[in-house]
Amino acid sequence: MNMLNEKEIYELLSEIPDPEIPVITIKDLGILQRVELKGGNCEVYITPTYSGCPAMKLIEDQIKEALADKNVGNIIVKLVYAPTWTTDWITPEAKEKLRLYGIAPPLHSSVDKGVLIGKAKVLKCPQCGSQNTEMISQFGSTACKALYKCLDCKEPFDYFKCI
Amino acid sequence: MTKQEALFCYTLRLGDNALILGHRLSEWSSKGPLLEEDIATTNMALDLIGRADALLKYAAHVEGKGKTEDDLAYKRGEREFLCNLIMQLPNGDFGYTIARQLIVSAFDFCLYEELVKSKDETIAAISAKAIKEVKYHLKFASDWTLRIGDGTEESHQRIQKSFDDIWMYTGELFEMNEVDTILIKEGIAVDLNVLKTRWKKIITEVLLEATLAVPADAYMQTGSRKGVHTESLGYILAEMQYLQRAYPDAKW
Repeated sequence: MNMLNEKEIYELLSEIPDPEIPVITIKDLGILQRVELKGGNCEVYITPTYSGCPAMKLIEDQIKEALADKNVGNIIVKLVYAPTWTTDWITPEAKEKLRLYGIAPPLHSSVDKGVLIGKAKVLKCPQCGSQNTEMISQFGSTACKALYKCLDCKEPFDYFKCI
Repeated sequence: MTKQEALFCYTLRLGDNALILGHRLSEWSSKGPLLEEDIATTNMALDLIGRADALLKYAAHVEGKGKTEDDLAYKRGEREFLCNLIMQLPNGDFGYTIARQLIVSAFDFCLYEELVKSKDETIAAISAKAIKEVKYHLKFASDWTLRIGDGTEESHQRIQKSFDDIWMYTGELFEMNEVDTILIKEGIAVDLNVLKTRWKKIITEVLLEATLAVPADAYMQTGSRKGVHTESLGYILAEMQYLQRAYPDAKW
């Protein structure tokens, strides 16, 4: 069986969905950084979204599972902190997938300043599109999300926090 | 003291602060005054424990004795911990927790803002991550200080007392010794005297807006730099380390 090269391994791992938000992949989120083949080892570099993100362990297991029968050598998953993960890495396509899933996507850091700090109503409800929304809490169901509600359609929704 | 020994001490301090405060915040789980605050405190605890994981992993690497971050977190005794005394104080009521959080998050904000420029790449990388999360923690603590301080007569009095009581633990945050001297020279650590002015400014602004009085500096508690802690740390470790000590090397 032919050994996969770094690019092929990266493409394979790019398909792995995020455990919490399965409509986007670990590549969409910028968690998957790079793959390096050296000295019989296959080193996969990932970076956490938030310091304590509990999904990282699961992602590590999924990476190992995906490569288990691919003859890539000894699989080592390395957690790196640099470059620092930012929501600015999430592509517009991935942001649209978030919105369709019911999560308000992160605004770009240049415009996010007022969102969790000020009272400016800039966030659109992912359900009805109204901008008449209000923050309930800066901390939501996971480390990366804040909790909002829509004053028009009355539905609550998560906002993927800009960081 | 060698540079390696100093660096080990320094990363332990940072890691232990995150670990012990993270543990204290996690104690609010299922006990928060409101559901959103229950989630907020545990979210912040998670950020801190993640930071502790990264820092203690690095500390173990610097020590060079083949230990892991778990060995450092779960197998050291009180005298080996280097967390500041303020981190280990019992949570008290929600206002007391908020008072402590404001003080610590303002300190962490000033500290990590500088440590991103550290000549030690790992500390700089962890700091770049930490500062982003600390901003949210500081915002949370500031907002709640305002609500409780500029709240009812009872809430105002109670949180004023909390700040008055906890103030004697603030001085220790800025204590420096040989470890800092060595590492500041290497461009790795920060001069905490410089941070003190910035920290004081943040705290004063928030307290005054919350209609609270800034407590006067008086006797400051000390000891953690030498591993001399409050009795609380013993109880924290008894709970936190119970599983690892009862079933050594247990795995999920």
